[in-house]
Amino acid sequence: MSVLSYLIPISLILGGAALVAFIYTVRSNQYDDPEGDARRILSDEWDDHPKP
Amino acid sequence: MTAQMRPQMAVCPGCVAAPSEAVEQAPTEARLALSLPTIHCQACISAVERALNAYPGIHSARVNLTLKRALIEAEPDLRAADLIPVLEGLGYEAHELDLTALAATHNDKAGRDLLMRLAVAGFASMNVMLLSISVWSGASDATRDMFHWISAAITFPAIIFSAQPFFKNAWSALKVGRLNMDVPIVLALVLALVTSLWETSLSGEHAYFDAALTLTFFLLAGRYLDYRTRAVARSAAQELAALEVPRATRLLDGQEYEVPVADLAIGDLILVRPGGRMPMDGEVTEGHSELDRSLLTGETLPVFAAPGTAVSAGEVNLTGPLTIRATAVGEETSLHRMADLVAIAESGRSRYTSLADSAAKLYAPGVHILSALAFVGWYLYTFDVRTALNIAAAVLIITCPCALGLAVPAVTTAASGRLFKKGMLIKHSTALERLAGVDTVVFDKTGTLTAGTPQLVSLDEMARSDLEIALALATPSSHPLSVALVRAAREAGISPADVTDLREVPGYGTEGLYQGRRVRLGRAAWVGAAQGSQTTAWLDTGEGSKPRGFRFTDALRPGAAEAVRALQAAGKEVLLISGDTTGAVEALANRLGIEKWVAEALPEDKAARIQMLADQGKKVLMVGDGLNDTAALAAAHVSISPASALDAARVASDIVLLGQDLEPIAEACGVAGQAIRRIRENFRLATLYNVIAVPLAVAGLATPLIAALAMSSSSITVSLNALRLKS
Repeated sequence: MSVLSYLIPISLILGGAALVAFIYTVRSNQYDDPEGDARRILSDEWDDHPKP
Repeated sequence: MTAQMRPQMAVCPGCVAAPSEAVEQAPTEARLALSLPTIHCQACISAVERALNAYPGIHSARVNLTLKRALIEAEPDLRAADLIPVLEGLGYEAHELDLTALAATHNDKAGRDLLMRLAVAGFASMNVMLLSISVWSGASDATRDMFHWISAAITFPAIIFSAQPFFKNAWSALKVGRLNMDVPIVLALVLALVTSLWETSLSGEHAYFDAALTLTFFLLAGRYLDYRTRAVARSAAQELAALEVPRATRLLDGQEYEVPVADLAIGDLILVRPGGRMPMDGEVTEGHSELDRSLLTGETLPVFAAPGTAVSAGEVNLTGPLTIRATAVGEETSLHRMADLVAIAESGRSRYTSLADSAAKLYAPGVHILSALAFVGWYLYTFDVRTALNIAAAVLIITCPCALGLAVPAVTTAASGRLFKKGMLIKHSTALERLAGVDTVVFDKTGTLTAGTPQLVSLDEMARSDLEIALALATPSSHPLSVALVRAAREAGISPADVTDLREVPGYGTEGLYQGRRVRLGRAAWVGAAQGSQTTAWLDTGEGSKPRGFRFTDALRPGAAEAVRALQAAGKEVLLISGDTTGAVEALANRLGIEKWVAEALPEDKAARIQMLADQGKKVLMVGDGLNDTAALAAAHVSISPASALDAARVASDIVLLGQDLEPIAEACGVAGQAIRRIRENFRLATLYNVIAVPLAVAGLATPLIAALAMSSSSITVSLNALRLKS
């Protein structure tokens, strides 16, 4: 059962990382325009060089 | 903004010596917003952004497709009016938005807060649930204790953070000595946590950490749905308000300056061009014109305006430019004074208790008594506080209104989404519930049942030669009556007569020379005819005969007849109350088959009549658009206003109709009824689960596994039942 002492922290850290990532996306306004972002990815306008 | 001394970061002495350039720190940037209702795809985004970014003076422009808006950062002197033709050239309709009116949509702090709490609760509940599953599947002794301790370590901070909205609501209800849905929730959470911690410290078998977290998660999901629904409606309503950019043209030493309406002061001279709306109350000092007062009084007949005429905010100038001296601005205008009337009328409506609240009133005491009885019974039976407390906690958790918390928001979200697609904006959280109970519908006439555009009715009575002269006289004018006359005459295949020296006399009409005679088309007094009760333009052919009258009626709004018929077919009583003249109201009532109508009603009369109907026990739906309707809109059980209504009327009403068509009103009543049936069904479903699970809990047979199963399955059933509405 000693494997638990590794596995439980690992699973908590992984879950926590996902939570932190989600909070980051909320704070950086990534849900402001879901429809626009879904369509922007279809544009090839900035494919060759990034938007200045 | 003040220019500040900046620390010199340069390393070489030469740079230090150079004067730090006095950059204009003052307004370097202006933010503009444009509404782009027709954009819909990725190509539109690219085209609009490319065009805007290429425009001189624009620093950056970004399109938001979800909100159908473009946000622009640009040089301070750039105007939205300059950009609109650029976008129209690309084929996109564009309107300026007032950014201050949109402010609240930008930093949607409450929604973000709720989403964050939901995420934390979801994360914690999933982790604790995994640990619980190993306990349920047979972990024992030291392993079980360890799992319980880890669960406690996750649960306590998570609940303290995510359940804050419930704590706050429960506390504010208890402080005023009332019970709401949040009180049993908080009690269940606290009791579950305390007994679980106690059990864990005694290495007991049952801990309800997972149940407490799942409960929080489901309830937050309900709150979030509820919040989203209202946020969508609020942002759309704000957009309507932001489309009316409050600007006025101030005259100073003969120069014209465009200023925000908020900057106007009493005594200012304001220029109002034809087609413009009065920004304040005042007195005409220069110019002649006609005024459309229909939004304020419901009258359709244009009123003559000359120096000395008093005008009120909200009136529309029709023909000639007017210079107005402001006598009241901002809060002092008649528009704002109407707010008092609205406040009085509104106090009556706050008595309505929502379905969820009335359910909570029945439910909360019952649950508490049941749980207390379980505690007392088991204590008397075993004389063991630990067992008794455990069972009391199990009863509270199982009966916790998890499904009840989802029952209402899930249904209202589905119903509001469906109505939004039909062009109805549900602004108030209980508007749907109230709409479902409506049995009487009161319509306003001008601007609500009618479109506010005149229609020529006496075309057939006119001689062809008269029509030809009238058409020639009407063509150069932009007066609504002239426009309607031209349209009707052209449809009848009339070609204009050869009238020369055409001249528009603002406020009176147009005149010209025809075969050497002076011909005139305009107001009764100017042409020499008697003023009637109907909207009429008069033609004087200069032959010495009596002037001929062109009679107009207001065109019906599309769907008005259908809406009235559908409402009557659904067994609702339909009334018409208008501030317009008796003749006009009677004609319209007969045309639509409305039996009960009231004409020449003052704003107070309208509100009083609604109040009278309410006193008779009727549930009144008021549909109106004007300033004279605001008090009635606020007094009614539930109210609807079209998007073309004055801002004040839209604010006072619960539901805004976005399109031109009135037909969705009848359908909305149907959808609302369906939604209420679904909500009641959900309540019954949730109760059914409780009826099955509560005896188990009271008998002491409920394990954390049973609690988790009962709670999750009832929440999921309720949500699925709500989604059935959408199909």
